[in-house]
Amino acid sequence: MSMDSFLQNIANSITLGSLYALIAIGYTMVYGIIRLINFAHADLLMVAAYVAFYGIFIFALPWWVAFAIAVVLTTLLGVGIEKVAYRPLRNAPRISVLISAIGVSFLLENIGIVALGARPKPFPRPEDLVWNIHAGNISFLSLTIIIPIVTGLLLLAVTFMVKKTKIGIAMRAVSRDFETSSLMAVDVNKVVGTTFAVGSALAAVGGLLWSLQYPQVDPLMGVFPGLKCFIAAVMGGIGSIPGAMLGGFLLGTMEVMLVGFMPGLSGYRDAFAFIILILILLFKPGGILGENVVEKV
Amino acid sequence: MDKRKGMKTILTIALLAGTGLLLFGVQNNLDSFQIRILNLAAIYTILGLSMNLVIGFTGMFSLGHSGFMCVGAYTAAILTMSPASKELIYYMEPINPILAQIQWPVFPAILAAGLVAAIFGLLVGIPALRLRDDYLAIATLGFAEIIRIVVTNTISITNGSLGLKNIPSIRSIWVYWGCAIITIIILKRIINSSWGYAFKAIRDNEIAAEAMGISIFKHKLLSFTIGAFFAGVAGALMGFIITSIDPTMFRFLFTFQILLIVVLGGMGSLTGTVISAIVITIMMEVLRFVEGPINLLGIISIPGLPGMRMVIFSLGLLMVILFYRQGLMGTREFNWDWLLKWFGRSKSVERGDSI
Repeated sequence: MSMDSFLQNIANSITLGSLYALIAIGYTMVYGIIRLINFAHADLLMVAAYVAFYGIFIFALPWWVAFAIAVVLTTLLGVGIEKVAYRPLRNAPRISVLISAIGVSFLLENIGIVALGARPKPFPRPEDLVWNIHAGNISFLSLTIIIPIVTGLLLLAVTFMVKKTKIGIAMRAVSRDFETSSLMAVDVNKVVGTTFAVGSALAAVGGLLWSLQYPQVDPLMGVFPGLKCFIAAVMGGIGSIPGAMLGGFLLGTMEVMLVGFMPGLSGYRDAFAFIILILILLFKPGGILGENVVEKV
Repeated sequence: MDKRKGMKTILTIALLAGTGLLLFGVQNNLDSFQIRILNLAAIYTILGLSMNLVIGFTGMFSLGHSGFMCVGAYTAAILTMSPASKELIYYMEPINPILAQIQWPVFPAILAAGLVAAIFGLLVGIPALRLRDDYLAIATLGFAEIIRIVVTNTISITNGSLGLKNIPSIRSIWVYWGCAIITIIILKRIINSSWGYAFKAIRDNEIAAEAMGISIFKHKLLSFTIGAFFAGVAGALMGFIITSIDPTMFRFLFTFQILLIVVLGGMGSLTGTVISAIVITIMMEVLRFVEGPINLLGIISIPGLPGMRMVIFSLGLLMVILFYRQGLMGTREFNWDWLLKWFGRSKSVERGDSI
């Protein structure tokens, strides 16, 4: 591999890793608090992308207005899903909540197919956001820089919120012990709602950046990124926010490098993430930064 | 009690004979489209039962069913296709010479499909079953996806993404419902054996079961492998009914449909699964009209809405899980005692006895 294409791969892996990290945080926060794989999280990417798409094309809004509306609507949807589909099952067996999450995910995807059509549509790339940068022999899109910066800022904001603010402290308390914190006058419903709001907002931003980077939207676009980001969250240690970032970057880098160094294996690219997942679950189920928790009787 | 036992045997034989007569009538009187739907119902019955064994009776939330089906479908298809048609369809890359000349009869091929799927089940189960709950779900989902991707990429065996065509077609209702009834009988016997009790003990409380001396891992693996076996059988039958298969068929959507059947019927009830498999398969066909163009009194016309059926089904799943979690039958089963008691009660009501 030449130096140029190596640099190109590095750039690609940083971009992909940032996207994975951003989306993985939503998974890890929700899992940390209510121990649920939020299958619907993946479809929030799709919802955000479509809202922006229609905002720009049908209502001819400036891109930043459309993007803002997309983030707000997706956040509301995420919170709504928790209220309707997960909250009533809080004391039910875990399998039931998981089935409910799968149901919501399929519902969103199929509503997408019915309302928006199954055919992929091209996503617009606003000119003030996406342009070509030339540096020596390599040229790359401005997104290669924008995506990591946006991701970095949001990660800092989330870390600050969880570490320093009151609601962040409440979140950590609830994730450590649900019942005790509710006895200590923490409003558990509010905490869970906020967690879903933050996670969904990050998913929305992730979905928008994703569709800028890979400019195509279709109702099932969230499925694979979603699964992979969950894998990234597990890799880093589920429930841990730095873990999700680390997992996201690692998974992104490994995927890009696998295809870069061994093009013959590119057909197995999607299987690769799952193989990593299974290896992690078997040998270090707590993830890289997670703690190994033994279930109590 | 002994009198009851004799009576129940007679009733069971009568039920089987009645089913046989019904199938005979169906085979001779319905058109081929209706028979096809009933055959599909038989396949979904097998799938639902095998998933219920794993999820409902053993309490392992596995989402890998479509992977095992995929293995079964490909095994049976490759074993039964004629050498001539194999030569015809493998044009991307010639077929592996060992497989090129094989042509087996249908029943050994179905059995082989089940066995190969069971071997895969064993191989997946040994690592995966150390996990629990949602981790198990996501790992089995991952394994199913890996199986699908490997099938797409091993072109000299599976013909890759082009899939297999010209699989011998079987129309007879006897084959499909025969397999379904055998599945029901085998699973019923397993559930009522010491294995079955161990499965249920693990489902209800794993730690207590272990303390009672049940080998958790062995029984989980057993249940998982049996589930994979029947999923493979169902996959084989699926190939014979639609006569062409390709890797995209065996996506997660398939597992979702089976999960729907299991949840609606009641996790932990064979009877419920059989009923809901039949009802849902028929519903899937009946509801096809919602995806076509609808014309209301010639005034309003709605263009076709592909995907509408799955919206309805996912809403149905959500409603059941939110408001009626035990499903149609919960963990109850149909049995003769219940029926006899019910008859006895209505008789005693007629006689005016106090109940």
